[in-house]
Amino acid sequence: MKTDRFGIESVKIGLEAHCQLTSLKTKLFCSCSADYRGKKPNTLVCPVCLGIPGSLPVLNLRAVELALMVALALNCKIPNETFFFRKNYYYPDMSKNFQISQYDRAGGNPLSVDGSVYIRVDHKRKKIKIRRVHLEEDPARLVYTGTIDASPYTLIDYNRSGVALLEIVTDPDLSSPREARIFLQKLRSILEHLGVSNGGLEGAMRCDANISIIGGPRVEIKNISSFKEVERALNFEIARQKDLVSKGISVKQETRHWDETRRVTISLRIKEEEQDYRYFPELDLIPINITKSWLEQLKSKMPELPDARRIRLTKEYGLPSYDAEVLTSDKSLADFFESCVKLGKAPKTVSNWLMTDVLRCLHNFNLELTETKFTPEQLVEMITLIEDGVISGKIAKMILPEMIKTGESPRLIVKERGLVKISGREELQLLIGQVCEENPDAVKDALKDEKAIHFLIGKLMQKTRGRADPKLADELIRAHLALLKSRVSTP
Amino acid sequence: MTGEISAVECVSSVFQRIREVEDRVHAFITLTEELALKKAQEVDNKVSRGEKVGKLAGIPIAIKDNICTEGIRTTCSSKMLCNFIPPYDATVVQRIKEEDAVIIGKTNMDEFAMGTSTELSYFGPTHNPWELSRVAGGSSGGSAAAVAAGEAILALGSDTGGSIRCPASFCSVVGLKPTYGLVSRFGLIAYANSLEQIGPLARDVYDCALLLSVIAGYDPKDSTSVNIPQKDYTRFLANDIRGIKIGVPKEYFEVGTDPSVAKCLWNGITKLESLGASYEETSLPNLAYSLPAYYLIAMAEASSNLARYDGVRYGFRVDRDDLDWSEAFSETRRIGFGTEVKRRIILGTYALTAGYYNRYYLKALKIRTLIRRDFERAFRKFDVLIAPTMPIPPFKIGEKINDPLAMYMCDIDTVPVNLAGCCGVTVTCNFVNGLPIGMQIIGKPFDEGAILRVAYTFEQNTPFKDVRPPLRGR
Repeated sequence: MKTDRFGIESVKIGLEAHCQLTSLKTKLFCSCSADYRGKKPNTLVCPVCLGIPGSLPVLNLRAVELALMVALALNCKIPNETFFFRKNYYYPDMSKNFQISQYDRAGGNPLSVDGSVYIRVDHKRKKIKIRRVHLEEDPARLVYTGTIDASPYTLIDYNRSGVALLEIVTDPDLSSPREARIFLQKLRSILEHLGVSNGGLEGAMRCDANISIIGGPRVEIKNISSFKEVERALNFEIARQKDLVSKGISVKQETRHWDETRRVTISLRIKEEEQDYRYFPELDLIPINITKSWLEQLKSKMPELPDARRIRLTKEYGLPSYDAEVLTSDKSLADFFESCVKLGKAPKTVSNWLMTDVLRCLHNFNLELTETKFTPEQLVEMITLIEDGVISGKIAKMILPEMIKTGESPRLIVKERGLVKISGREELQLLIGQVCEENPDAVKDALKDEKAIHFLIGKLMQKTRGRADPKLADELIRAHLALLKSRVSTP
Repeated sequence: MTGEISAVECVSSVFQRIREVEDRVHAFITLTEELALKKAQEVDNKVSRGEKVGKLAGIPIAIKDNICTEGIRTTCSSKMLCNFIPPYDATVVQRIKEEDAVIIGKTNMDEFAMGTSTELSYFGPTHNPWELSRVAGGSSGGSAAAVAAGEAILALGSDTGGSIRCPASFCSVVGLKPTYGLVSRFGLIAYANSLEQIGPLARDVYDCALLLSVIAGYDPKDSTSVNIPQKDYTRFLANDIRGIKIGVPKEYFEVGTDPSVAKCLWNGITKLESLGASYEETSLPNLAYSLPAYYLIAMAEASSNLARYDGVRYGFRVDRDDLDWSEAFSETRRIGFGTEVKRRIILGTYALTAGYYNRYYLKALKIRTLIRRDFERAFRKFDVLIAPTMPIPPFKIGEKINDPLAMYMCDIDTVPVNLAGCCGVTVTCNFVNGLPIGMQIIGKPFDEGAILRVAYTFEQNTPFKDVRPPLRGR
């Protein structure tokens, strides 16, 4: 364990994840389309989601079903009855200046409470407690020119207003930004396995984070636009707080905004007191009865979840538990893996490619797997090319970024760029002769010490841009050296 | 309509009457004569083509200005919504349109339905057709006065704590507050959403029952509307109340009820007895707490319901470049709302504030439950309850305007029905010094048929329905 007073033990992070139920066709309280991305502003609106006087919300029961499935997946307790509250506050993104949400106090009864999720950190399992999972409506989208504080005006797009949002609140059980990221990844994978949310869509998953170090006051970072940004924001905030503490300045309890472009948090408001949302029941909506039979029916319809899938992948394909964990932390990755295996490739080979080179590539491009044109067929084709000796592993690593970026067939890329492995003996022999002539000192070394052969192989690979068949090259260089040796020893 | 006069004739005659008396009564905020005549002509065309027409074919109807009408300005009598034209029709408006009613205009009211006199309108008060120096009652004062003055045949109002029954009583028309959940609230601009219902105002019980039949019924757009079979309430209008058991809760007569009102009421009850009903005194022990509970709940809900008026999307806006959004919201609300509205928003906000929630709002909800139980207990024994509608006769314009508590006290007899979710109807049971006194007949939830039948029998056997206000045309 770390002993540093700023160490891992001293950091407490709690998260409020907001996940849109993107698989719903309509909004939470009206029949407007919820598919707002890329649509002209304020075209998917009606009196209800605009909060026009006289309009009344009507609950989308499918949203409740999806939310209940999430609550079940997160091992939450689900009450027999749940209802909605109004959360009152003035903000330009709120059409009614109150948000229809749920609440766990003042007689409120949120959709579910007291759940848990296991995550794997450094090969150890860790339990993260879920305080509650509840439903609420998404506010409108505020559009600024430039940054929030410099924009001369605010534009409001109500297309997002009323989209069903799931709020998932954890206990402050997370102890590092990395853990927070791993947890969110797991959460996202669960939601994607359930088919309730596509976390890859812009703005579909957002986060508020509460963070305190060495028992200091709680600082809330609001509006982190994606799970990708959470780790960054938390890292910045920890550094900021550590810096203050080391200078003897006390950390203030406050709410801060994560500025993605400048990658800093900025103070929004000092919290002298909790903001008073004046929660009270939303009496335009009637309570929802959650019957046992309804829950049973939902349970029976629930698909395989990441934890079960991880176990299955180890059993069915003999994967190491670590591989299975990495693959199932992203549904699309696990799906990709299983497709490749179905196409006939060895599980461990596929897993190795996915876990290392493919993930690294995606990371470098800052892309999600689902955002690319990369298909299992391509990867399988690439592995086949290696297996058939058409290309080397090195060539494969070289062309992988292009495959991922363009969705081009590896066979085609290899052909167009003339990257097919050189396995003609004569051609290679000729090249080896050239390499040896160019590197006489290395040849001398190699004649004395076999280990120096690798230098020559390296040079050959350089000359052929990796196209030389390494096995054959090794064999031919040895033969060449043997020939030279015999010439030297023979007067 | 019987077809004896055409819709156009009927609508024209109503507008003729409006031209004669409206400048003195001020029942309307918006008149839609052109639209009305066009609609009337369509109805007449239908009739002449031999097509089937609706239950309200050609009947001129006035609509309280807190009920949304597509394309027709709907102001809630507030500066805040003085230029608001709804993009949709309230469900009740759709329903009356489907029955071929003719909308003649939008009626005056207390701002956002907060008031008991229709003096608190941004557009000025409505005058009582019986005596123009007196209030018409509120908050549906315009609707009641329009019907009483012959400026409309039917009207829609809304009743949150008595806002239909009070002006109906003060103007001597029939006004009914339906059971919560019977009539869709979709399109009713909310003041206190857990209490209010849209309801009919009419010259007589038959018309009232007819209009109720049209507007009542399940609406998938209002989650609180109840899915029960639709009824034709005119079928309940038998001139016969033999065997009906009437309860008279003594608390209604104890405090603040003017002796002249009590006397009229007892005469009315005796009349009902002579028609075959039996009556007995009873008690609703928690009634005394209903007024504070009502105002707490209503104000708490209002503070939230009226939060949307910030000038961003519709209505009045203070548009100044030097204000940030927070200041612009405040300034818009400071100028857009009247004093009473602001008073209720502030009190309601206070009541919902953390730390006071339990002490005020939650306690009010508990009282509400107790009152509901009182009524349930009474209805195990009685078919209907009878009480005064208003504790006093119509008062003078200006008399109570600067004393909000005195004004609130006027609601003492009407609010219990809203808290309990029952139904109530008012009919005139006599006149004192030329001013009407209303009798309130209260029924158990969804038993509108029973109260209408009692009201009808009373009306048929008393002369008050045919007494018209002494308001001459010019």
